[in-house]
Amino acid sequence: MTLKKLLAATAVSTLMMTGAQAGTLVINSNQSDPAPKAAWGELIADFEAANPDIDVQVNEYDHEGYKSAIRNWLVTSPPDIVFWFAGNRMKYFVDRGLLEPVTDVWENNNMYQNFGSTRASMTVDDEQYGVPATYYQWGMYYNADIFEQYGLEEPQTWEEFIEVCETLKANGVTPITIGTKFLWTAAGWFDYLNLRTNGLDFHIDLMDGKVPYTDERVRQTFANWRELIDGGYFLENHASYSWQEAQAPLLNGDAAMYLMGNFLTPSFPEGSNYDFFQFPQIDPSVGMFEDAPTDTVHIPSRAKNKADAKRFLAYVAQADVQTQLNLGLNQLPPNAQAEAGDNKFLVQGLEMLSEADGTAQFYDRDTDPAMAKEGMKGFQEFMVNPDRLDRILENLEKVRQRVFR
Amino acid sequence: MTTQLKTNALSAVAKAQRPTAASRWHTLTPYLFLLPALALFAVYVIAPIFQSIWISFFEWDGIGDKTFIGLGNYAELLEDPQFWTSLWNNVLWLVFFMLAVPIGLGVALFLNQQVLGIRAVKSLFFFPFVISQVIVGVVFSWFYDPSYGLLQRFLGFFGVDPIPILASETLVTYGIIAAGLWPQIAYTMILYLTGLNNLNPDQIEAARMDGAHGWTMLWKVIIPQLRPATFIAMVVTVIGALRSFDLVATMTSGGPWGSSSVLAFFMYEQAIFSYRMGYGAAIATVLFLIMLVYIGFFLWRMLRAERG
Repeated sequence: MTLKKLLAATAVSTLMMTGAQAGTLVINSNQSDPAPKAAWGELIADFEAANPDIDVQVNEYDHEGYKSAIRNWLVTSPPDIVFWFAGNRMKYFVDRGLLEPVTDVWENNNMYQNFGSTRASMTVDDEQYGVPATYYQWGMYYNADIFEQYGLEEPQTWEEFIEVCETLKANGVTPITIGTKFLWTAAGWFDYLNLRTNGLDFHIDLMDGKVPYTDERVRQTFANWRELIDGGYFLENHASYSWQEAQAPLLNGDAAMYLMGNFLTPSFPEGSNYDFFQFPQIDPSVGMFEDAPTDTVHIPSRAKNKADAKRFLAYVAQADVQTQLNLGLNQLPPNAQAEAGDNKFLVQGLEMLSEADGTAQFYDRDTDPAMAKEGMKGFQEFMVNPDRLDRILENLEKVRQRVFR
Repeated sequence: MTTQLKTNALSAVAKAQRPTAASRWHTLTPYLFLLPALALFAVYVIAPIFQSIWISFFEWDGIGDKTFIGLGNYAELLEDPQFWTSLWNNVLWLVFFMLAVPIGLGVALFLNQQVLGIRAVKSLFFFPFVISQVIVGVVFSWFYDPSYGLLQRFLGFFGVDPIPILASETLVTYGIIAAGLWPQIAYTMILYLTGLNNLNPDQIEAARMDGAHGWTMLWKVIIPQLRPATFIAMVVTVIGALRSFDLVATMTSGGPWGSSSVLAFFMYEQAIFSYRMGYGAAIATVLFLIMLVYIGFFLWRMLRAERG
């Protein structure tokens, strides 16, 4: 009895304390790597200076731990701001009523005009549920010295791409490096091959579980993939390496190309000659769609200080703030009025994404987590044992039917 | 409440014999001392076991609504190839991890001599047990690395092509078990070294008089005396094999394509990454039942030994 009373008393006093601290904005962040941490730290300091009545408190988490921890806070006692990802990852929480709609922030800050490229990925049933802070392009990063040495040019079509791979292979250079130990790098290849083979609408239907994995069109994607595997263009023993370990052959000149996100570029040494090209076209009748994973900020529906949280979201959406933040992150600002950093990868990325016919987030952000896990295992297995395709696709189809019931 | 408890205990004791106040306290005291431990054990061990079994009858993503599906999760387990792979790997772990017991004994016999500096050598052998399992996993991943690993250099010396042990679905589990054996051998070695210190010198002397030496001495005189150490070594090794999680998580994350997964890792992956709490709980229940068989055997032996 007394214990119960004591607990109740503690709960009440905790509530009173938090009530008294209005003006404190609690942010839970997954941006704990050095560069993102510094960029966001600067943004938050500027926000505090511009809003002296708000006291910001940041809790930092490592990137992976954050993904499971956020599920606990959102249902219990969430902070006022959470970092998360656009698209299906966001929708998962929206469907469970855990994120606050911020449509008014979009309306009051002219965001429908400035955030055209990311609007769809932030919208569920005509309401917006967060603000995109940054995104980045995916594509082929390559060693320009090697290309020059063998007289190669950036391939635009699938045939040209195969030719480039063939030439490199004949000269003893591994055409494509990849490390599939942690699976998601293989998903990058699946995304691009499927987007180029079947287009964005089909891709999104597949991600939403509306198309069977045993569909003939999916098989066509794998047939294109198989051409590269049978050609022996991928790095040997790729299942042993993480994505970082797979950089080594690219950096020491043993391999020529790497399909990766722009976060790869800080690894290129000073004075080296690397460049970027868009993933080549496979079917001319299919548009050029891109993967552009978007990182976002949201307000949990149970947040205590929603008023100040909305002010923070509006601040993050400002063009000059986005310019500054993305300079620090070495990524692209989703706000069309903001300026991208002045390096050749970002410039090409911005151009490519602004001309894109549409964008996807990334395999493990676009589809259900349970589906993504099994799917990526299947891609890895296919890249090592392409003959098992039928069994792999049947297994994925079984998973799809269970997950999207 | 306390008075109620007292009278209950009182009436129970009263039936047995007419007690004095002092002897009543004597009977009660051990239970009072046990009470805090029992309460914590009930709240943090027993209750979660039943909770977990209960959850295994539901389909639940951890935050949304629970849907009761009866034995659905278990039915799905039977058809899930990943479950059978993980279960089979657990069997491999149980069998091959047992190598730690004879190898540990061998190392202990080898180190059990009076030579200058043997203490330093002993501590070097014990070293792998002191470092964290995660470090062991990382070190062995580098050791196996197909492009710069020490093992491949060694194989290359004999003209053998690099073998990507951690990327091969047939070799990967053995590779991880070998990494696990490294600290486990150190552990069993220490157990045996302590055991060897406590050997009865009279018996050895008597055996020697009767002409026993070499293998006969080891097999008929030393090893029987080491039985308590052997028993503990086997117990910790079986537990270590069933708990094998850290090495799988750090070295391969269950890969390639799930072929090195064990039940503990499979459960973690389903519950934490695929958000399938019910399915994860069903895997946990199966693992629990396997352990229960073993713990039952362990208790049965212990009780038998105590009765003499």
